Amino acid sequence: MRILGHKLSVTAQIGLAIIAVNLIVAVFAPLVAPYDQTTILGDAWADPDIHHWLGLDNLGRDIVSRLIYGARMSIGLALVITALSFCIGIITGFAAAVTGGWVDQALSRLVDLLLSMPTLIFAFVILSVLGSGLPVLIVTIAVLDSTKVFRLARSVAVGIVSLEFVEAARLRGEGWWWIITREILPNAIAPLTAEFGLRFCFTFLFIAALSFLGLGVQPPDADWGSMVKDYRDMINFGSAAPLYPAAAIAILTIGVNFVVDWMLSMHSRGQGEGA
Amino acid sequence: MTSEIAGTPIVLDIRAMRVAVRTDAGDGPVLVNDVSLELRRGEVIGLIGESGAGKSTIGLASMGYTRRNCFIVGGQIVFAGTDLRAIDAEGRRALRGLKLAYIAQSAAASFNPAMTLMDQVCEAPVRHKVMTRADAEAAAVHLFRELDLPNPETIGSRYPHQVSGGQLQRVMAAMAMVGKPEVIVFDEPTTALDVTTQVECLAAFRKLIRVHGAAALYITHDLAVVAQIADRIMVLRHGKMVEFGEARQILQEPREEYTQRLVRERTEGHAFIDAKSAGALPVLAVESVVADYVGKPKVIDGVSLEIFRGDTLAVVGESGSGKSTLARVVTGLLPRVAGDVRFNGASLPPRLSNRTRDQLRRIQMIYQMPDVALNPQQTVLDVIGRPVSFYFKRSRKEVRERVLELLRHMDLPEHFIERKTSELSGGQKQRVSIARALAAEPDLIICDEVTSALDQLVGEEILRLLKRLQDELGVAYMFITHDLGAVKRVANKVVVMLRGQMVASGDTASVFAPPYHPYTELLLSSVPEMRPDWLDEVLARRRAKAAA
Amino acid sequence: MGKLIVQRSLLGIVTLAAASVLIFIGTEILPGDLASAILQNSATPENLAKLRLDLGLDRPAIVRYFAWLFGALRGDFGHSLANGRDVLEEIAPRFANTMFLATYAAVVAVPLAVGLGLAAAIRQGGAFDRLVNVVTLMTISVPEYFLAYLLIKYVAVDLGWFPSLANVSSDTPFGDRLYYAFLPMLTLVLVIVAHMMRMTRASVLAVMASPYIEMAILKGLTKTRIVLRHALPNALAPIISVVALNLAYLIVGVVVVETVFVYPGLGQLMVDEVSKHDVPVVQACGLIFAAAFILLNLVADILSILSNPRLRQPR
Repeated sequence: MRILGHKLSVTAQIGLAIIAVNLIVAVFAPLVAPYDQTTILGDAWADPDIHHWLGLDNLGRDIVSRLIYGARMSIGLALVITALSFCIGIITGFAAAVTGGWVDQALSRLVDLLLSMPTLIFAFVILSVLGSGLPVLIVTIAVLDSTKVFRLARSVAVGIVSLEFVEAARLRGEGWWWIITREILPNAIAPLTAEFGLRFCFTFLFIAALSFLGLGVQPPDADWGSMVKDYRDMINFGSAAPLYPAAAIAILTIGVNFVVDWMLSMHSRGQGEGA
Repeated sequence: MTSEIAGTPIVLDIRAMRVAVRTDAGDGPVLVNDVSLELRRGEVIGLIGESGAGKSTIGLASMGYTRRNCFIVGGQIVFAGTDLRAIDAEGRRALRGLKLAYIAQSAAASFNPAMTLMDQVCEAPVRHKVMTRADAEAAAVHLFRELDLPNPETIGSRYPHQVSGGQLQRVMAAMAMVGKPEVIVFDEPTTALDVTTQVECLAAFRKLIRVHGAAALYITHDLAVVAQIADRIMVLRHGKMVEFGEARQILQEPREEYTQRLVRERTEGHAFIDAKSAGALPVLAVESVVADYVGKPKVIDGVSLEIFRGDTLAVVGESGSGKSTLARVVTGLLPRVAGDVRFNGASLPPRLSNRTRDQLRRIQMIYQMPDVALNPQQTVLDVIGRPVSFYFKRSRKEVRERVLELLRHMDLPEHFIERKTSELSGGQKQRVSIARALAAEPDLIICDEVTSALDQLVGEEILRLLKRLQDELGVAYMFITHDLGAVKRVANKVVVMLRGQMVASGDTASVFAPPYHPYTELLLSSVPEMRPDWLDEVLARRRAKAAA
Repeated sequence: MGKLIVQRSLLGIVTLAAASVLIFIGTEILPGDLASAILQNSATPENLAKLRLDLGLDRPAIVRYFAWLFGALRGDFGHSLANGRDVLEEIAPRFANTMFLATYAAVVAVPLAVGLGLAAAIRQGGAFDRLVNVVTLMTISVPEYFLAYLLIKYVAVDLGWFPSLANVSSDTPFGDRLYYAFLPMLTLVLVIVAHMMRMTRASVLAVMASPYIEMAILKGLTKTRIVLRHALPNALAPIISVVALNLAYLIVGVVVVETVFVYPGLGQLMVDEVSKHDVPVVQACGLIFAAAFILLNLVADILSILSNPRLRQPR
């Protein structure tokens, strides 16, 4: 199978399939899910049967449906946060690379400082006081994560700015806006896209971990992480319930990582030369 | 040299060697196609060709080694009676570093930065168990002395990054010789060095070969260099042998057309160009300009020059002379701290950002490395069309027509207009760069080492193109280069720079004729010429001067 | 080079100071009154006033910050709001437990990861290498609690080989500690071995692609000598960096693992106290975690500097 003229490895194809399934489920959840996510259908912790493939949860709701609706929250939240962190990171990173001087120094030192501190602990500290409303969650994690995007965007931009065709544009008298959008950005797409995938995975896992620890998504909203938390006691009775949402998290992350890994290995092969 | 050789034993016998690329994706191009040669003891065979000719591959394959994804798929490589392809990897390993030695192009990249020089020089014979460490060290110091290295007793205790490029190259030669090899492969050993350093290294290598009586394959793309050192020369192209014969015959009476072209390009153009300056006002006047980088004082110190319409002024110097910095000062990328730069009589603001669009339009620049001078994501239309629309506000249709016209001027096919620049070859990219500069209809074009990264023949074509454009359009060039041969071919005026200062300037004819400034003389005499006795002459002259 | 190390250390101290400021801001100065955040629903005007006085919230923020910081440096983190005990007394045994678990995991993981990474790099391209690549890619994608619950379900509950709850207390004998902490340790090891192995392999491969390695091959040296004497010393700096960074990650990953196994460590304490809004404890835990994290990063940087030959022998 080929995309844009590049051959896909086996793992990359599996990854794309996984991503596709997840996206479809998330977007079309009401159409795909057999039941509503809040309706109580029977006894708590009923065993799996023909109607409820994974059984019922701690309140008697269908686990499969909850998983499907949970996809929306988990994936949607991670996408929004990653998009926001990307915007912040790219704008500041490119600005730092292109302006240079003390602006660049100041931003870089600030980012270094933030990067050398443990994100989980920080998120903890902030969320424990501000509470875990969705807006707070989104902004906090996006800002913390944008530091990593800043690093990459800046280093990619600095690398491109040092090439002569950027100097040629400057000598022509082009303004910085033109240089960033027409000279730098088209050459930065490849590494940035791979990074988007990696950031998505990190954010996705991070949100799930926070929810698992009680600080992420709060009831009545449910994402996969908080489902793991809700089901965790059942493990001692031999039920595999907490494994289902955890496996869903794992599978999507593996899928995205397979695709990103393929992208990175392709990019490093370099372009061919003509005669 | 040659008549003594016939009859001495053959040390390395390559028969019909074929090397090809093979990856998971299938078979790739053939890098070496059916090459044969016999190397006798004490003989030097020069392998000459442009990039992609396969000469390095042959050099490495002679040691039974190929790079990643490359395989020797045919032929035999017989060293001292044993076919290297027939023995196992362990057998080949035992021969390398000892009987078969290799000297690489870049010494800086070939030394382990974490080990001392002496450790690495002695490593091969000690690990192959033919010498004790003490014996190896003694032999190494002896070689260092033979190679005219400073402080031969102590230089071994240094780390690679603590010695200069030319010295490191000679230490690498010592490393190759210490095991008393029978065959040495020299792989473009002086290509990365400055012209003046090159002479010392060449002399050192030649002495080494003569004294130790080894056989050598000397790989280079420079005919003049190979003329100094080889007994026989093999000309290669696209992996195939074009011509193989005695050195004098190849250089003076080449039989094949490709060889003739190579020889002709190297020897042609010794007549100086007449001054063709026109106009009362110089297009560019630089007056006593001083510039520095933060922390690095006086990168340019008091340089003055004038370029008139139709002139080609060459700015010559070695690395660190400040010639490229001069270009940055003229264009405004580096603001000058003193002096004046005038364009058509009017003073230019020191900073790029303070100049008008028209001022920017009239001075254009062409760069050395074609791969990074063009945005790989843009098409030829984008690249050449942008200056047209940016400076002249033309409609889309007009821009496209102008680009097609320029492509025709550059002898590039019209359908290139839709191609992405990353799909073009080095020479084609450089033509697109020139077209981009011309699209602005400038008065002055600064050419910054525009042929240095290109193969010899391709570079010559670019120079011819530039001359033709100048004749047609009357544009002036500031031609920055370290290649004196190119200067003689294109420039009517020249400025020689050394460490930021101007040491000579004027018409090419007078600067390059005696009496010379001593540095000019050093530069001129360091450029290898095709005569095989050139090196001896230079060395004799230098010795005489040192004794005087 | 000594100068570089001193500079880096100073930077580490500055970072720690900045971390402490951020922790303080995060817990005490953010919008919303701290007292009402703590009391939540049981906030009556009298309770609020009393709590504010107790916490000294009438003093300006800067004074409060320095009071807290100097207290912390002396070991006085105040008293827990949940049970009134001295914070340091609460934390100390928990910290010891966390250190034990982290060290247990590190001791197993590091040699395993570096060894596997080296082996994969040497056998690059083979079936072993490709398999290892896919497996580790999967392992690093997986959340720790997934691995943890997998282990609990199949190893602890179904097979009964190890306990699913890590009931460790201060008087548990050493051997028993190893037993109880086995599954948590295994979870941590699985995660960081994968990371470290991938990066070790990448670093060694990058070094093996260097031109001086080709020169070593052309000198006829054996593969063993090339890897050990030429590649490894130059790959050491990035490998050490990776190990230290992963250990720093370990400090944080421990939080989730402790929660799953109910292991009485610092991470689990922090999680519990956060939900109770026990600010002094959260601040103290945050500060200790941050300090450990920053210290490990600092050690990684310093070791990198020490093992770079260009920096050891200046021109």
